Amino acid sequence: MSLKYDPNVKYAKTDEWARVEGDLVVVGISDYAQDQLSDIVYVELPEVGAQVSAGEVVGTVESVKAAADIMSPVSGEIVEVNEELNDSPELLNEDPYGAWIFKVKPNDLAELDNLMTAEEYEAYNATREH
Amino acid sequence: MSDLKRTALYDVHVAMGARMVPFAGWEMPVQYPTGPTAEHHAVRKAAGLFDIDHMGQFKLLGRDAETFLQYVQPRDVSRMKVWDAEYSYLCYGDGTFVDDIFIYKLPDDEWMIVVNAANREKDLFWLDTHAVGFDVEILDISDPTYMLALQGPKGQAILQKLTDYDLDQVAFHTAARIQVGGIETLIGATGYTGEYGYELFFPEEKAIAMWELLLDAGREEGLLACGLAARDSLRFEACLPLYGHEIHAEVEPIGARLGWVCDWDKGPWIGRDAVLKTKLEKPKLLLVGLEMIDRGVPREGYEVAKDGQVIGWVTTGMKSPTLNKFLALAYVPRGYNKIGTELDVIIRGKPKKAVVVKRPFYIPAYRRK
Repeated sequence: MSLKYDPNVKYAKTDEWARVEGDLVVVGISDYAQDQLSDIVYVELPEVGAQVSAGEVVGTVESVKAAADIMSPVSGEIVEVNEELNDSPELLNEDPYGAWIFKVKPNDLAELDNLMTAEEYEAYNATREH
Repeated sequence: MSDLKRTALYDVHVAMGARMVPFAGWEMPVQYPTGPTAEHHAVRKAAGLFDIDHMGQFKLLGRDAETFLQYVQPRDVSRMKVWDAEYSYLCYGDGTFVDDIFIYKLPDDEWMIVVNAANREKDLFWLDTHAVGFDVEILDISDPTYMLALQGPKGQAILQKLTDYDLDQVAFHTAARIQVGGIETLIGATGYTGEYGYELFFPEEKAIAMWELLLDAGREEGLLACGLAARDSLRFEACLPLYGHEIHAEVEPIGARLGWVCDWDKGPWIGRDAVLKTKLEKPKLLLVGLEMIDRGVPREGYEVAKDGQVIGWVTTGMKSPTLNKFLALAYVPRGYNKIGTELDVIIRGKPKKAVVVKRPFYIPAYRRK
C-alpha cells in the first residue's frame, strides 16, 4: 500500500507533478494527492490557450471527500488538456503518473528548479502525516 | 481530537487500513483501502458490513412506556405488534426536529429506540424532561449494546450461515432475538442504505468476535467492510434523510417529506399542532432532488439560486455511484419544487445549471414490486 514516487518528475508542495516532454511541461497530481483525496469523481480542466503563472489555480479535482485546487507548477500557456478525464476522472486514482491533466508551454524551464525531487517530496510528505 | 470516543472495533479498523475521522464525537472509519465507491457498489450488489456502534439505544420500560411513546413522537405505536420496528422522529413543540429515530416494540412491554450518535445526550434529556407524570423508565443502554449493520442483497444468505433461526421469518421492519455464531443478538430487518439487510444489537464484549464472524461468513459473497462515506452515499441515493443535513432544528417534517410518518388520529403528540398547521398551510421550504445539467459537484452548504437570487441550500450532494450522475438534495421555497424546474447551484462562485428531479434517486429494494 506504500505510495509511489516517480524519479522522472518534479513535485510542487501543492502535490502536482511536472514532467518535461520535448518543449512542454506535462502536469498531473501525485500518488500522495490521489490517496489523500480518495475516489476522484470530477475534474475541472484548465482552459486551453490560457496564460498562467506558476502557483496559479487552473482547475479543480473533486473526490468523494473534497475539492482540491490544481495549480500550474510553471508559468506559460496551457496548450492541451486531458479530455479523457471528463468521462473517467478515476484514472487519476488508478494511474496517477500516467494520467496527466494538462500540458504547459513554459516561459522559463528554470522554474522547475523551484520544485522538489521525488526524494525531497517523499521526505516532505513524511512531515505531513497526521 | 483527544476526547473523541472510540468503538470496541477501533483497533480492528486501523489494522484493516481504515481511514479514521471524527464523526459526531466518535472516531469512525470513513473508508477502508477498498475505497468508498467499491464499498458502495458492494452493498448494492452483494453486501457491506458497517460499524455503527456510535449510534445510541434507549430502552423504555414501565406501565406507561407505550403512552409515553405515543406522546413524544408522531407514529401510532399502538398499531405496532411485538417485534415490529418502525422509523419515526422527535419534534419540538414548534414542529422542528429534535432527531429521527427507529422504534422497536419488544416482548414484555419493552420498547427500544435507536437515536443518532450526536443526539444521544440531547434526546435523553429531552425524553426525561417530558417523562414527568408518566410511569416510564428510560435507560440509556448505548454503552453495553454494540451495533453493526449488515446490508445488501446477500445479507440474508450471509447471516443465515451463522444462525439456525429461519431468517425468512424476519420480515422487513421486524426484529427477532436469535443466536448469531452463538452470540445472543437482537436483529432488526432494518437499515439505512436502500437495500434489504439487518441491524444487529449484541453485548459490546462480543464486538470483535461478531465482526470477524460476519466478515468470514461473507467472504464468498463479496461482503466488504464499509465506512461512513459509503453509508452516506447509499442513504443519499435512496433519499433517506440524515440528521444534521436534511433534518435539524431549523426544518420540519412536512417540508422534509416525512409527513407520512404522522398518525393524525392517535391523539396529541409533541409538535402535532405545529406540524399539522404546516401540512394544511403548506410548508415554506421543501426538500427537492436536483440533478446537475452543467458539469460540477454539488456539495452540502452550497447555495441554490434562481435568476441570480439565492433561494435555498444543498443539504447533501455528490456524484451518485450507482446512477453515475451529479445529484443533490436541497431545500428550496415552495413554488420551485416542481419536477423539471431549472435552478442554479453556486459552485465556487459560479452558477451551474441543475434541474429538479424525482426523489428517491434510487428506489430502495424494499419498495420495488
